[in-house]
Amino acid sequence: MIKNKIIIPLLAVILGFITGAIVMIITGHDPIEAYTALLKGAGFFGNIKRFGDTLLNTTTLILTGLSVAFAFRTGLFNVGAAGQMLMGGFTAIYIGAAFKLPSYIHAPLAVVGAVLVGAAWAFIPGLLKAKFRIHEVVSTIMMNYIAMWSVYYLVPTLIPGSFNTESRPINPTASLRVEWLTKLFKGSYINIGLVFAIVCIFLIWWILEKTTFGYELKSVGFNIHASRYAGMKVNRNMILSMMIAGALAGTAGATYYLGFADNIKIGVLPTQGMEGIAVALLGLNTPFGVGLTALLFGFMNAGRLFMQASTDVPNELVPIIIAIIIFFAATSLMLKSFVQRVERVYKKNVGDK
Amino acid sequence: MWKIIISIVPLAIAYTAPLLVIALGGMFSERSGIVNIGLEGLMGVGAFTAALVISKGTGTMGDSIVYIGLLAAALAGGIFSLLHAFASVTMKSDQVVSGTAINILSAAITVYLARSLTGSANIQIISGFIKRDVPVLSSVPIIGPLFFGNAYITTLIVFIIVMISWYMLYRRPFGLRLRACGENPQAADSLGINVLRMRYIGVALSGILAGLGGGIVITTYSGEFSPLIYSGLGFLALAALIFGKWNPWGVLGASLFFGFAKTVADMSKLFESLKGMPNILFNTFPYVVTLIALVVFSKNAAGPRAAGEPYDPGKR
Repeated sequence: MIKNKIIIPLLAVILGFITGAIVMIITGHDPIEAYTALLKGAGFFGNIKRFGDTLLNTTTLILTGLSVAFAFRTGLFNVGAAGQMLMGGFTAIYIGAAFKLPSYIHAPLAVVGAVLVGAAWAFIPGLLKAKFRIHEVVSTIMMNYIAMWSVYYLVPTLIPGSFNTESRPINPTASLRVEWLTKLFKGSYINIGLVFAIVCIFLIWWILEKTTFGYELKSVGFNIHASRYAGMKVNRNMILSMMIAGALAGTAGATYYLGFADNIKIGVLPTQGMEGIAVALLGLNTPFGVGLTALLFGFMNAGRLFMQASTDVPNELVPIIIAIIIFFAATSLMLKSFVQRVERVYKKNVGDK
Repeated sequence: MWKIIISIVPLAIAYTAPLLVIALGGMFSERSGIVNIGLEGLMGVGAFTAALVISKGTGTMGDSIVYIGLLAAALAGGIFSLLHAFASVTMKSDQVVSGTAINILSAAITVYLARSLTGSANIQIISGFIKRDVPVLSSVPIIGPLFFGNAYITTLIVFIIVMISWYMLYRRPFGLRLRACGENPQAADSLGINVLRMRYIGVALSGILAGLGGGIVITTYSGEFSPLIYSGLGFLALAALIFGKWNPWGVLGASLFFGFAKTVADMSKLFESLKGMPNILFNTFPYVVTLIALVVFSKNAAGPRAAGEPYDPGKR
């Protein structure tokens, strides 16, 4: 059973890359050349700066993936990681750009602000679910666009930049980039956010597997009625788990905007929010699975522009592959029956000998 | 004031038409019991197809190319939506996950193809629909000049689709069956309705209408396909569907309402009397009122009861 569980995401990934290759062949590109360039662009052939950028992309995806996975384990589908990440990121950029503080307090303050606002943004869908039984998928989608248009208004009003589509950059004291990491990775944008992300993996694992609180949250996810009958505070748990998911997405916003972007653009939702769903799904909603999947998607995102520049394959190949992987992982019924058929044939053959 | 109204209304109507038709698509899907958050992606597929067909066919086909573009957009949306149908109906996978996959896939594959075919991520079209007075209807006093004067023919097409949708959904056996599959598929099945087939039809209709919506965006106010086409129109349609309580006339009202809010937000910079109004109010308005409406409806569930659940014949 456990073996089966890991086989399906693996098969989905392999099928995703095969489909990507087919797409390239149809459109007249060379898949081997493109995949080599993708790996090269992500720093797998010894370019330490590019590998740093892979880890940078991984950082954000770990956090949005954890956000979705954690909510999922507690029976909630958080489609709103994008909005929570954006609002968290906006808060971080606002604190970073509007205040002048020494760095030992500035960056931590910006991160804490992002975490709190991310949690607050997820509190609303949590409350709506607990009080009014409004499905969190709908409410988090609405919250995503409320976030997008709020930032659209707040950025030019509060922290206008030199272009009217983006904010002004943060003061260097709020940056999450630290000298030793930048030096170690030869000028990559990798930042201390990676440490946050890894800490969060262990923290979420610990909450889910080792605490009574986590047990209750999972129990609500399995069977809400039984949990209520057992005396658990179902509504409170629902709101809390939504807020933790929001806090994780808010942290993702802090690491992305303070560690990499340095300013915030208006009119777009960060793509990492939706990719977080893919990361969680493929990582089987476990913290360590999320870490591994985020690394896979992180490397593809880091290498895509290099691939486009060196082989003419449009960089949208990467989200195509990601979408195909989700699609195969989602239709796991199909893969399961395939695996079972292979197993049966294999057993038969072994039996004959 | 009249001057503002007369300049805003035609723009708002132009914006409402695709929004409405996409939301109607979502209605067919959800009424059959399949949640479709992939509307945004299906709209994009339609927009891409329309832009491609029209830009390649201009010159050889004359004026009719615009209509061919719209048909192609609807067809492409319908075909693409079968992926969602296959995953969520046949494979019983999570409908939100599958919808997300559709969104990511279509945003990626259309831009990928645009880059492969034209070298850039944009496809411009030269010929689109031209605004003109709709015959007969534009001569109705007050409403005529506001809604049908200086309008696109697509507005009329969409209005006809609303009427057909209502007729099909509430006056034909097909509609009764479709709605039954979204409310209580087990009961529908016991009466001999092929639930899986009805759900396939529901999803395919959503793809056709969302694709058509994308085509309308291209042939009316946008005029070009670019990655910017994915800016949330499909999700706004989802809000209009919910705010319109999953029925055609409600969806019509909600789409108009949201179309106006969006247009006022965009135009507020141009008018003195609206300048003080922060655009955040109008831009977030559709989503906020949808959430409020959900709270108000929450006592008596408004949506199709079985929407979001895969059909399991053995379940009671």
